[in-house]
Amino acid sequence: MRNPYRTQNIAFFFLLLATLLIVVPVGLIVVIIIQKGLPAINWQFLSDIPRQGMRAGGIFPAIVGTLYLVTGAIIFALPIGLLAAIYLSEYSKDNLLNRLIKLAIINLAGVPSVVYGLFGLALFVVFFKFGASILSGSLTLGIMILPVIITTSREALESLPYSFREVSLSLGASKWQTIRHIVLPNAIPGILTGTILGLGRAAGETAPILFTVAAFYLPQLPTSIFDQAMALPYHLYVISTQVPNVDEKTRYGTALVLLTLVLFMNLVAIIIRYRFRKRKKW
Amino acid sequence: MRKLKELIIEKLILICGLASIFFVALIFLFLLKEGLAVFKIVSPFKFLFGKSWYPISEPPQLGILPLILGSLLVTVGAAIISIPVGVGCAIYIAEIAPLKIKETLKAGIELLAAIPSVVLGFIGMVTLVPLVKNLFHLPTGLTALSGSIMLAFMAMPTIVSIAEDALYSVPKTYKEGAFALGATHWQTIWRVMLPAASSGILAAVMLGIGRVIGETMAVMMITGNAAVIPNSILAPVRTLTATIAAEMGEAVVGSEHYFALFAIGIVLFVISFAINVSADLFLHKRQ
Repeated sequence: MRNPYRTQNIAFFFLLLATLLIVVPVGLIVVIIIQKGLPAINWQFLSDIPRQGMRAGGIFPAIVGTLYLVTGAIIFALPIGLLAAIYLSEYSKDNLLNRLIKLAIINLAGVPSVVYGLFGLALFVVFFKFGASILSGSLTLGIMILPVIITTSREALESLPYSFREVSLSLGASKWQTIRHIVLPNAIPGILTGTILGLGRAAGETAPILFTVAAFYLPQLPTSIFDQAMALPYHLYVISTQVPNVDEKTRYGTALVLLTLVLFMNLVAIIIRYRFRKRKKW
Repeated sequence: MRKLKELIIEKLILICGLASIFFVALIFLFLLKEGLAVFKIVSPFKFLFGKSWYPISEPPQLGILPLILGSLLVTVGAAIISIPVGVGCAIYIAEIAPLKIKETLKAGIELLAAIPSVVLGFIGMVTLVPLVKNLFHLPTGLTALSGSIMLAFMAMPTIVSIAEDALYSVPKTYKEGAFALGATHWQTIWRVMLPAASSGILAAVMLGIGRVIGETMAVMMITGNAAVIPNSILAPVRTLTATIAAEMGEAVVGSEHYFALFAIGIVLFVISFAINVSADLFLHKRQ
């Protein structure tokens, strides 16, 4: 007869193996990028323009481009996302419309990133005639991160106990006053978490900016929102596939800067969430 | 005055609430607007099942079957790897791992989800691609297999986190009941927990596959980009997403090539829509 405990040990061993198969490579990837990228990082690399056909010099325009894009995306997405979250948490009733909105958010989150690129090209670059510009790229990224912001902000708003609202309403405050002075201030950490996660996502995406903003090589910084710009993820793509004989160190260095930027934002989001949970009194 | 202000604000909130529906519709509309024009040149049937993709030859041949098969091959490969490993990892995290290790593992999975796909593509190029090349003695390591492995890895965060949620939300009484009847922990997981969480796990798998089909940069960097019907998992392939990303830069706005790339966008949009809607149905069935 088979011993059930032996079967259990074998099964648990394979489950552990599956887990290690995921977690160990993740750790390795981060370690490899830090180890091989760190020697490339110096002040010149971070502050100089690319030189000699991007084989030397720095990545400053790409860093600045990414910062512009991310800022533009959040300026567009945060107000809309936040108001949408307020609608879902405070105003909507449990009906068909509510269900449709939720389904739309899920689909917006699931649309392939390259399709966002197509959409941005068709609507902002061609139809609105913004051209390939920071404006087009930011708007495209903004729509892409909308679901992240809506979902996390909504969770933050809904986690606030209903009694908070009841007390405010019973004191004679209107619905909007309650939201403005009671609900929102208490949900700020959660909203901030969502915003930062959205920022991280926008900073790392390449496909949506391919045809809407990204420049192969630009020796100067953009001066207006109608200029093209370089961006870190696209720059990494370019120097690893399109330009031959780029120093390995430069590629790893670029990857490290991008990874650091994205992981830093995620870390900040995690810390805010953690401290908020600890402080929460309800 | 205050009433008016409140009214305006509430209308604004309603409009923003509807924004997601508006944007989904807008995306679909603009894909249709730019993409449907291709069907004046080539019939939908020939577009979907045509065997050659030579968009810039004269006249252009716009059959996307090689691209569909490329996407399918890479996706099936990724699913075969990621489903057992991902669900296994989810079970380990939800049921077996001690509390402290559990948090570390979850952080590791979140870390993976945060790494930009272009960084993973780059790492795949310098580590995985040479490995595949040497292991199978191939002229190039840029193959469907490399793509599948990389994509499996990228689907993990989705599969693990949703499957873990599904396992976690199985009522504790089920588990206690099984234990009380003398079942071992593994028997409980296999016979009670997994069946109870099955629709959630199915949704996890579907969303993971959705992620795989839509993934662009990593796949473009490591699958070799040959737009021919693949004959082996060790041959270079080109996916639907990579075709758009690689060729749109050169396509002239308003050309047949441009329309055809948008039509590929329609195909991708419809696939992701179908996957997301049905995954959502499975998730709601559970509750």
